[in-house]
Amino acid sequence: MSETETGEPQRYTPEGIDDAFAGDTPVLPQLGPVGWLRWAWRQLSSMRVALLLLMLLAVVAVPGSVFPQRPQFPEKVAQYLLDHPTLGPVLDRVGMFDVYTSIWFSATYLLLFISLVGCILPRTKSHLRALRAKPPRTPRRFDRFPAQGSAASGATPEAVVRAAASTLRGPYRRLPRFRTDVRDEGHGTWSVSAERGYLRETGNLVFHLALVGLLVSVATGQLLHYRGQTILVEGHGFANAQTDYDTFESGAAFDPATLVPFTLGLDRFTSRFDPRTLQSRAFLAEVTLAEPGKAARATTIKVNHPLTAGGAKVYLQGNGYAPDVVVRDAAGKIAFSGAVPFLPQDTVYTSNGVIKVPDVSGGQAQIGLVGSLLPTAQQVSPTIWRSIDPEPNDPVLVLAVWSGNLGLDTGVPQNVYTLDDARMTQSVGADGTPVTLRIRPGETVELPDGLGTLEFRALPRFVALDLRYDPALAFVLTFALAALAGLATSLFTPRRRVWVRATPDATDPRRTLVTAAALARGDDIALPTEIDRVLAALPDRLDERDDAPTPDTEPDTEPDPEAHSRTALDPLDPEEAQS
Amino acid sequence: MTVGDISTLLVWGAMTAFTVGFLVYTADLARIAEAASRASRLPVGEREPVEVGAALSGAAATRPAATAGVGGTGAAPVASGSRRAEGISRSTTYLGVLLLLAGIVARGIAAGRWPTANMYEFTLVGAFVAVTVLAVVQSKRYIPFLGVVVHGIAVLALALALLVFYVQADAVQPALQSYWLVLHVGVAISATGVFTVAFAAAALQVLKDARENGRSRLDAPWQRFDGVRAGLQRWRVTGPAWEWLRSVPSARELEALSFRLNSIGFVLWTFTLIGGAIWAEHAWGRYWGWDPKEVGTFIAWVVYAAYLHARTTRGWSGRRAAYFVFAGYAVVLANFTVINLFVTGKHSYSGL
Repeated sequence: MSETETGEPQRYTPEGIDDAFAGDTPVLPQLGPVGWLRWAWRQLSSMRVALLLLMLLAVVAVPGSVFPQRPQFPEKVAQYLLDHPTLGPVLDRVGMFDVYTSIWFSATYLLLFISLVGCILPRTKSHLRALRAKPPRTPRRFDRFPAQGSAASGATPEAVVRAAASTLRGPYRRLPRFRTDVRDEGHGTWSVSAERGYLRETGNLVFHLALVGLLVSVATGQLLHYRGQTILVEGHGFANAQTDYDTFESGAAFDPATLVPFTLGLDRFTSRFDPRTLQSRAFLAEVTLAEPGKAARATTIKVNHPLTAGGAKVYLQGNGYAPDVVVRDAAGKIAFSGAVPFLPQDTVYTSNGVIKVPDVSGGQAQIGLVGSLLPTAQQVSPTIWRSIDPEPNDPVLVLAVWSGNLGLDTGVPQNVYTLDDARMTQSVGADGTPVTLRIRPGETVELPDGLGTLEFRALPRFVALDLRYDPALAFVLTFALAALAGLATSLFTPRRRVWVRATPDATDPRRTLVTAAALARGDDIALPTEIDRVLAALPDRLDERDDAPTPDTEPDTEPDPEAHSRTALDPLDPEEAQS
Repeated sequence: MTVGDISTLLVWGAMTAFTVGFLVYTADLARIAEAASRASRLPVGEREPVEVGAALSGAAATRPAATAGVGGTGAAPVASGSRRAEGISRSTTYLGVLLLLAGIVARGIAAGRWPTANMYEFTLVGAFVAVTVLAVVQSKRYIPFLGVVVHGIAVLALALALLVFYVQADAVQPALQSYWLVLHVGVAISATGVFTVAFAAAALQVLKDARENGRSRLDAPWQRFDGVRAGLQRWRVTGPAWEWLRSVPSARELEALSFRLNSIGFVLWTFTLIGGAIWAEHAWGRYWGWDPKEVGTFIAWVVYAAYLHARTTRGWSGRRAAYFVFAGYAVVLANFTVINLFVTGKHSYSGL
């Protein structure tokens, strides 16, 4: 019954879509500041500029994955600057090592968002108006539409049109498939115009507004967040105070007084590795959490399962060994006692660290012990040892001994994992080679040059914890999901208009001739089925006669033919024109 | 023989099936081209069937709506694929998909987890999704060119997976032990598969568009490189080598197909970004950290967003919009290969 017509085969620009602000001839405003501002605003909120900004955003994001970035890999940036002494500083000046906070990147996405707001707001207004308006009047001629159909019925035109309208609305009164408008066109002719798919534009607007919400929530989170890192050895604890963190950073609007003073103690850390590939399989930190006003409770932190404490989340970000050592000075006094974290360097946990002993008695030189911990040591050659397993099956501490001034009181902040040897001398043996101590848990060795003794008491584990507080997380998630829902709705909801007209047959008064047409936004393969559905449900259907008038030769009953032929050519409103 | 070995064998089988499919599609395409060029040399009066098939949109206008979506097979027997080739390529596609599915399942059993944890597994599942989407598209409309492109990409991807990306089936590190491995990675792979077919449709659309408009970049002189142009003359899209383009649907319909697939891919890609951010929040303590992989995914998302906008901008729709699809697909591929293999970041799970 219905036929499809795809129109001119050569042109396949989507129909019904018009970029309102990007006409062929730009209309220049009357000069004057307001005029120029308006012109700039129109340009900025036009589709063409939005498209340009989107492409620009894609391009300016690229350097961030080509060059090392300071927030992620500061050491790689330093290395790059060393390797490229001429190019490096130039790149640094233009922000290539911190792309995502650079002026040009920020400018691009801020302009894009201004452009987005500039076209979303007027569209929201016109969409709200369209939601209250009736579907557009039935056009006089149907022959230009991509889907058409015709039928005949024994019922009166009014009954036919009302039946078609009810079919289009569907069974749910509250949730009609189509919005319909039945009209008496005079001379016994009735018509219904119907429209569906308002959700398409709604989804589109929700998507774009959610993106704005997302940006605002991310920015709010940046202002209010804090993040701290700390290393915690088995048997030790820490309190949630800024001074207890190894590193701490927070947003501009964060108030340190709002830190919830909970304490967290690490009871035990266990790990499991694949015996063949030595890859990690499981990390588990057993902790005791004491929040203010609540009883202390035992809980766990795992990778992928952070612990929530005091409104913040505690992540297990790393782990390693912290040899527990006692250093006695030449006088036999305990100069140092405690666990010293050694940082793992590879998959077999070859770990590097420094034991700094400043508090020696008398006038003795300060001691620095530099070296590695090998969790499962294996001797490769007389002088070379290495680790062959991350588990502590046969731990050996391999240390070089330095003495002199550690430089801790120079006022310059020091890295606890490296030794500043500027004022230190290394101990050497009788043959002139540096002294290397190898010591297993439970053993005590004499330090060279009569510096004292070193006792390796035990090998506890440590965990690196990352604490993060971001009050905007829930909003970020909500807006992201709203954007996804809006996007899917706008892409997969078909927007269609259907018109049905019923006219009394001039040759046979008991017959009613029915014609129908449909229009969709973009390509819509299901459009003809919409007409088939309506025509199939007509009351008292008759066979069509061969001499039945085609839609083209339909008698002119319209009072204003001009207006309606324009309706036929101007399909759905220019909604997707912007943004 | 372990389950892991069986999985590898099944993947080899699937690759063989896809190779056969690829060859059959190519042969069919060549045959169509030959038939079409022979038909075009006939006197005008006898050329009717081919022309009808060529302008499928025009043909649709004169046929009932019910058959309009089926494609050119009925209307243009001369120029469309042969029934036998169609049958062979269809069955090799189905066979390959089944073998690959079995291989993926066996891989999951061997590793004792969801099989999307490294580049090898990612490539297997991506090829599986791409060929499955192809099979769905082909069941409605037989387009040999799509088969050639998608099968070609699938064979290359599987060969790369077996010869370069292969790692022993094994459990994964703690950071990957999450249900997001199924959701985030699974959806990312599906998006890649869908984008692959959409890319093939867009490529065909651009060729068909050039053919419909009788326009070739090889028509105008290339100034200094005009010698190269002369050498490429017989490959110009308006020439006899591309005669088979008569049998494919119109550029308008291909654009619609590419758009539908890209829309699905874009929604899946958006979910990949959001799901990845949620997982990163659980595993790494931040939802977004400009990790190289995150940047790559973001760039691809922006390029596909630009594509959707270009489609609705006057002067950028149609052929020009298809260029965005090419750019977007290139970013998706680079994001998978270059970022995984040559850039260090938090997504370095290739296992190589």
